[in-house]
Amino acid sequence: MIAERENRVLNNVQAINEALDMALAQDQRVVVFGEDVGAMGGVFRASDGLMQKHGEKRVFDTPLAESGIVGFGIGLAMAGFRPVAEIQFAGFLYPALDQILSHLGRMRHRTRGRFSVPMVIRAPYGGGVKTPEQHADSPEAILSHIPGVKVVIPSSPERAKGLLLSAIADPDPVFFLEAIKLYRGVKAPVPEGFFTLPIGKARMVREGTAASLLCYGGMVEVCQKAAEVAAKEGVELEIVDLETLVPLDTQTILESVRKTGRAIVVYEAMRTGGFGAEVAARIAEEALDSLQSPVIRVAGWDAPYPPFSAVENFYRPDARRVLEAVRRALTY
Amino acid sequence: MDTVQYLDDHGKPLRDLPLSNEELLQGYRALCRARQFDERALVLQRQGRLGVYPPFRGQEAAQVGVTLCLEASKDWLCPSYRETAAAITFGMPLSKLILSWRADPAGWRIPDSVNMIQFYIPIATQIPQAAGLAHAERLKGSGAVVAAFIGDGGTSEGDFHEGLNFASVFDAPLLIVVQNNGWAISVPTKKQMKVQRVALKAQGYGIPGVVVDGNDLVAVWSAAREAAARARNGEGPTLIEAITYRVAPHTSSDDPGRYRTEEETERWIRRDPILRMKNCLTHLELWSENQEAELTEELEGEFLAAVEEADQAPAPRPWEIVEQVYAEMHADQQAAWNYLRGEP
Repeated sequence: MIAERENRVLNNVQAINEALDMALAQDQRVVVFGEDVGAMGGVFRASDGLMQKHGEKRVFDTPLAESGIVGFGIGLAMAGFRPVAEIQFAGFLYPALDQILSHLGRMRHRTRGRFSVPMVIRAPYGGGVKTPEQHADSPEAILSHIPGVKVVIPSSPERAKGLLLSAIADPDPVFFLEAIKLYRGVKAPVPEGFFTLPIGKARMVREGTAASLLCYGGMVEVCQKAAEVAAKEGVELEIVDLETLVPLDTQTILESVRKTGRAIVVYEAMRTGGFGAEVAARIAEEALDSLQSPVIRVAGWDAPYPPFSAVENFYRPDARRVLEAVRRALTY
Repeated sequence: MDTVQYLDDHGKPLRDLPLSNEELLQGYRALCRARQFDERALVLQRQGRLGVYPPFRGQEAAQVGVTLCLEASKDWLCPSYRETAAAITFGMPLSKLILSWRADPAGWRIPDSVNMIQFYIPIATQIPQAAGLAHAERLKGSGAVVAAFIGDGGTSEGDFHEGLNFASVFDAPLLIVVQNNGWAISVPTKKQMKVQRVALKAQGYGIPGVVVDGNDLVAVWSAAREAAARARNGEGPTLIEAITYRVAPHTSSDDPGRYRTEEETERWIRRDPILRMKNCLTHLELWSENQEAELTEELEGEFLAAVEEADQAPAPRPWEIVEQVYAEMHADQQAAWNYLRGEP
């Protein structure tokens, strides 16, 4: 599959698989588990071959119970392991919310540092691939509203590998949300070997002057398409990939907005109370003087993600809707 | 299901006891130590020197009997808020427990030599975590066991069942101790479940379930000891149902008169686990009133010293609110920390 080592390209699933493999090889405390992650290698194959390679004690299937998976992982972490749990779809996290809200991010605080939970919870999220009902949720705002956890959402194979290795090494619990649309939809060069990318830093994807597109995960690709179209008309859009929602790199967002004077926040979750509202609020608090137009949110509608796939493209933001927002901002 | 019992309702041994005289004395002492704390804690609470406090009067044997099988630096204890008696027996310093029930962060920091997770407040969340802790010890091959406590009401929660199932599937060295004290705040057990015995629920997970007289220290201790030995031997978890009664209110804020009769409570007070154990020792000629007086004096002294120590702890400072959330404070927290310290 890999023709030339220097220029090898991987998709997101392969990059994640490689990161898990390396973490398991490098740190004996790492264990990988969840529903169907063992013999089958996960429904998206993120753990393909890992049980066979690292053994059933380190890569294993669990009973079909999300709260059990998260609680079990918290226990493993407190006893010195580095658990990496897979929740099959982010929309299936909800049964585990008590474990997540009451304990995962609170253990360090309520034991004043005696116990911590260095656990990673990976979950595929978001739409764009005609999944069945309740398989396309984007719960990042819910997860970002929990003290003590970090939330990371990679947007490319290289970022996925480096950020996942950082997440597994992180001393605190990290939600690692992986856009389903990007799993096999994107292939890109990924450096070989072990490397980490910093959690808590936003990434400049494209520099521009007309407006700042602030996005993450599956929406980065959408914003890139919009920026290419705009560029043909001579409008240079800047794209900032937030990458880590918690802790948020506010500085990079503000620098971009102060430069362009216009901010458009793009996310595919439901609009009200979405993470883009937090981004908009920070811009209003810190950079109001720099704004030449109001902050605009381009997001999913205030409705469940549509189970009828024929119209899902009307729910999930696309380049056309991003460009509409750009036009509104530029003509304000 | 048969109920394991070694002492009759008055404390007279029904048959040969599986504990040594030394152990019987150690057990009685642990019971008295727990009760001393409970009684004094309620007084502190009424004086405004403790926060909301969940008393455990009547349940001492169920907690102490299990915890006496554990080693604090090796095994693990996952208590719910009702299990201060277990925490005391496990080795938590009394001053720490006073601070803990004062909601003082100094009390939340459990000493490194005591493998206890801070009291669980949500119901049943400790069960999957205890299964994870136990599986971790099994992976390490340490021979350590985990004891997780829960009440009869808690067995209605999903996490109880998920945790039992995980523990079962992974043969986790875990003791799930259900103190069936008759009441989940105001809801009686018969409204909580249709099975006659909580221990029957173990059958759904293919693990042993035993019922013990929870007010009989000898019965609890011996059943827990057998379960711990099985667990250490790689034979997986056991569900222990200790039949007991919460003689006290749910918490210092509760009024049991609204949901149960005094006659019922009186009936259980006559089966008091400490009285039964004392009668047992007296019957075996292991205990005298002189020894009782000496023990009482010693335990009073210990508690008063603990209060004094707790009183000397510095008051929590506002900026501690944002400390220990992450290993390192992030920028927003740093700003909050500076604000709370009154620094620009």
